Amino acid sequence: MPKIIINNKEIEFEDGMTVLQACELAGAEIPRFCYHERLSIAGNCRMCLVEMEKSAKPIASCAMPAADGMIIKTNTAFVEKTRKGVMEFLLANHPLDCPVCDQGGECDLQDQSLFYGLDNSRFKENKRQVNEKYMGPLIKTQMTRCIHCTRCIRFATEVAGIDELGAIGRGEDMEITTYLEKSMESELSANVIDLCPVGALTSKPYAFEARPWELKKTESIDVMDAVGSNIRVDTYGWEVKRILPRINEDINEEWISNKTRYACDGLMKQRLDSPYIRENGKLIKTSWEKAYKTLINKIKTFKPEEVAGLVGDLADLEMIYSFKCFFETCVGSKNYECRQDKIYINPHERMNYIFNTTINGIEESDLIILIGTNPRMEATILNARIRKAYIKNNVPIYSIGELNDLTYPHKNIGNDTLTIRDIIEGKHEISQTIQKSKKPIFIFGESSLMGDVGQYVFESLKNFLKKNNFIRNDWNALNILSQQASRVGAIDLGMYSINQNSNFSFFDKLNNNDFKLIYLLGVDNFNFDKKDKFIVYQGTHGDKGAEIADIILPGAAYTEKNGLFINLEGKMQNAYKASYPPGESKEDWEIFVNIAKLMKKNLNFENLSDLRKEMNNFLEEKNLNNFYKNIKNNFVEKNIIINPLDYYYTNPIARSSKTMNDCREAARLKSSTNGDKKI
Amino acid sequence: MLKDEDRIFKNLYNDLGWEIDCAIRREDWSNTKNILSKSRDSIIKEIKESELRGRGGAGFPTGLKLSFAPKEVGSRPHYLVINADESEPGTCKDRDILRFEPQKLIEGCLIASYAVNAHTCYIYIRGEYFREGERLQAAIDQAYKKNFIGKNACDSGWDFDIYIHYGAGAYICGEETALLESLEGKKGQPRLKPPFPALVGLYGCPTIVNNVETISVIPTILRRGAKWFSSLGKPKNTGTKIFCISGNVNNPCNVEEEMGVPLKDLIEKHAGGVVGGWKNLQAIIPGGSSMPMLPKNICETITMDFDSLIKVKSGLGTAGIVVINKDQDIIKCIARIARFYKHESCGQCTPCREGCGWMWRMLERMGNGDATYKEIDLLHDVTKQIEGHTICAFGEGASWPVQGLLRHFKQEIEKRCTEEPLIKKKTNIPYLIDQHLLEKDNA
Repeated sequence: MPKIIINNKEIEFEDGMTVLQACELAGAEIPRFCYHERLSIAGNCRMCLVEMEKSAKPIASCAMPAADGMIIKTNTAFVEKTRKGVMEFLLANHPLDCPVCDQGGECDLQDQSLFYGLDNSRFKENKRQVNEKYMGPLIKTQMTRCIHCTRCIRFATEVAGIDELGAIGRGEDMEITTYLEKSMESELSANVIDLCPVGALTSKPYAFEARPWELKKTESIDVMDAVGSNIRVDTYGWEVKRILPRINEDINEEWISNKTRYACDGLMKQRLDSPYIRENGKLIKTSWEKAYKTLINKIKTFKPEEVAGLVGDLADLEMIYSFKCFFETCVGSKNYECRQDKIYINPHERMNYIFNTTINGIEESDLIILIGTNPRMEATILNARIRKAYIKNNVPIYSIGELNDLTYPHKNIGNDTLTIRDIIEGKHEISQTIQKSKKPIFIFGESSLMGDVGQYVFESLKNFLKKNNFIRNDWNALNILSQQASRVGAIDLGMYSINQNSNFSFFDKLNNNDFKLIYLLGVDNFNFDKKDKFIVYQGTHGDKGAEIADIILPGAAYTEKNGLFINLEGKMQNAYKASYPPGESKEDWEIFVNIAKLMKKNLNFENLSDLRKEMNNFLEEKNLNNFYKNIKNNFVEKNIIINPLDYYYTNPIARSSKTMNDCREAARLKSSTNGDKKI
Repeated sequence: MLKDEDRIFKNLYNDLGWEIDCAIRREDWSNTKNILSKSRDSIIKEIKESELRGRGGAGFPTGLKLSFAPKEVGSRPHYLVINADESEPGTCKDRDILRFEPQKLIEGCLIASYAVNAHTCYIYIRGEYFREGERLQAAIDQAYKKNFIGKNACDSGWDFDIYIHYGAGAYICGEETALLESLEGKKGQPRLKPPFPALVGLYGCPTIVNNVETISVIPTILRRGAKWFSSLGKPKNTGTKIFCISGNVNNPCNVEEEMGVPLKDLIEKHAGGVVGGWKNLQAIIPGGSSMPMLPKNICETITMDFDSLIKVKSGLGTAGIVVINKDQDIIKCIARIARFYKHESCGQCTPCREGCGWMWRMLERMGNGDATYKEIDLLHDVTKQIEGHTICAFGEGASWPVQGLLRHFKQEIEKRCTEEPLIKKKTNIPYLIDQHLLEKDNA
């Protein structure tokens, strides 16, 4: 391992490191603005200059590759003067906006000028001014504050994959802009707010809301999609002010999608804060006792086979498990389901319903085939990983199903199950490529497993993968892309109704009007005919579920409870409680414990830790359905059409959010001929 | 003084015609096939022996630069790029070469490409030289017709193609890495070095970038021998150079002279003397606006070559001599030069982007008499903070003229400065100033 001497200390470093990374190993802190670990090296802020022996000029440590035998000094008077000089230039044209700038308190320029800059200003000229630019409803731009580090440009071109940002002009007149004054198209665009070291790009919905030292920070998990990005929830009092990403190298690196970041203002609107009962067609506010009583009486009037339960998109594991226990013990029925469409699942092995390659493993693959999925809309962070793999290794990417721009080039090889049959029989034009690849990835989207074609697609392709040794100990090419945060957890806990004859026995019974009472656990995306069924809705927002409900029980949203979530890879992650649910809402498992007590049934748990113990026992001892081992596979011919996703309106929290509504409007206007102007 | 038979550029004033037949009569293309039959190493060795230094401003030994190209061609092809983006103020030598002696350039390209294993050469001409580019293209077409370049150039077995690319009016594209970026079609912003263009250049391939004049003298060197070339001029500053004399002289012109010719001779003999006589001289900028100026007392005895000028804290650069006489306001001249650097800065790195504008504004105020005494030291500090801290050499180019002014004409500025209204005396108050700035070495 090569060695380098930094401040008279000898350090060993790996090949390929830059001087800046070696200095970090040595513990010497180097100020920088334009360098970022996940972006390419720009070297244009000149703040990282250090002294190197044998060089009259200082060197840019972020760009210079470290070589064996270099002698670097970072704490001499020469380096100090250099840093002060560069900082003086940065502050020369920077406006005196600290009191009104949102970045105050978490601003790189403030911190570094305090430690490495001068204490007074010698600049007596007039400062330049730049007009504000429009970059969409999410990003507030004050380009006068920009120090031209070009981090935003590099992010947009490299990670987000859309060349929307660039610098126009030369010299002093250089401005960073989208030039066309349209909103930024990428779903990862708001990450530039985190990247910008100064207050040039800030969050528009969060403008002037709070200072960072006033906020309480809680670690949590995102539920807007199934990726389970790690987030940090910042609250002021009990109000969630903003959501920022947390670093998790395996899942979301340092990015979160726009929906994750901005749907949080929907947590304050349209909230159900007290129980309701429908009398004479109108919803009347009641107390918890009355609501419980009505519910228990209704349950007793029906036979167990006539009662059904549905688990929604944003449910955490404790909620689902307590619901299951409640249903089996108090109602005596097993008619529950977590799917809201007829999507084929094979719960025999765990690998049949998770993303087996893991998001990290995408970077090692040499062939990616997307089957009926639009990863850009369904799991934005996953899409960014696929793009990263494409840039690193030039991975060929093929898709079955019509797709638009995915931020990386992909080839459409067919739109129906005939293509799949050709691939399995080795007759397709890419069959050779598949045979030669060592680490391919097959990603199944929900649209490919829908209805009567799902069984054929899944089972036949799984057999094909097994036969070609693509499912082995060190690599598993079978990947299902779930779209809901609760899906994998619910399947793990056994919330499905499947029998030998039909994978969709729940839906068959529903269509047959077998059910008289349906318990909706936060379900707002399921359309069915109410007719004369009795609907109980337990959720957080007054959305579609609450509209048709006869009893409404208010629950807690994902930031308001300690919950476990399993993401699409099958990883269990812990979300911590950041605030309290409004009004009289309770945490969902508490509701079931209360109902069980009133029905004089024992649920084996009274508090959260007992519940978790029980749940863990259940998950370890789970018996798998044996009748799914050998399945007949009949070919069904059908087109695979990827269901378009209303990206900003996928769950009730997003539907109640003003910011999501603005984004949706901007996207709609952009796709119409005029393009959007300032909203 | 250069003897007539030692001159390389015989047609600098278009007395003899620029077409290829006229060039052949002047002995261009006379034994190219023989030259190309020698080995690459011997050609580079000959150029190294001649001690030819780059004529584009930096004065880097050309033989050494050509030897940086990888010896074997790997997976990437090699390229030769000619820097005809002559935007340095005060320089107009390449223009005459492009207009009147294009065949020298083309032959030089062929030989140099052979020496660095390149089959393709790109000539990057500044956008304003449109007519010169047309003339060069016509000359290239003539050379193609006579089979001097193209497939099996000059019957030597070496395939060679030349393409012209026009710039669009940016001085920064004269910097070699910015030129490569502009050739590739991107914004002309310099790249970080290392890696150097000889290893990672145009499209990531090994590229050698040279100035027009450097390449144009290579055929003559190889024909007449390195010894002849190194006999001209001074040791380590050999050969001839085209000097462009402009400013307050009676006869501004381009003249080819030996290296080491005394500056006074150049101006008196070739340029007709300073307007108003030698006594009327105030300062001379020896090498294009990037070089610090020389006051009259130094100009009496200075010789024009790289090393002597470095000794007096200036530089030869492109040998674009600008003569300033006592009728001009020297501060306004340098303020105008600072304005040039401010609007030509590419804006990539912080010191140059912010510092050039700051320097210009301070100089403007000094010219008008609105500045204070403290600003003189501040200006010097600012130049020291820009120099050496930038990605490319533009920082030095912007700060050196100002340093030259401050070094030699400080009293001029002080005459016009006003007193700081609050602080009457010029004493340093220690607690307002950073401690390390009190040490004169670091300030």
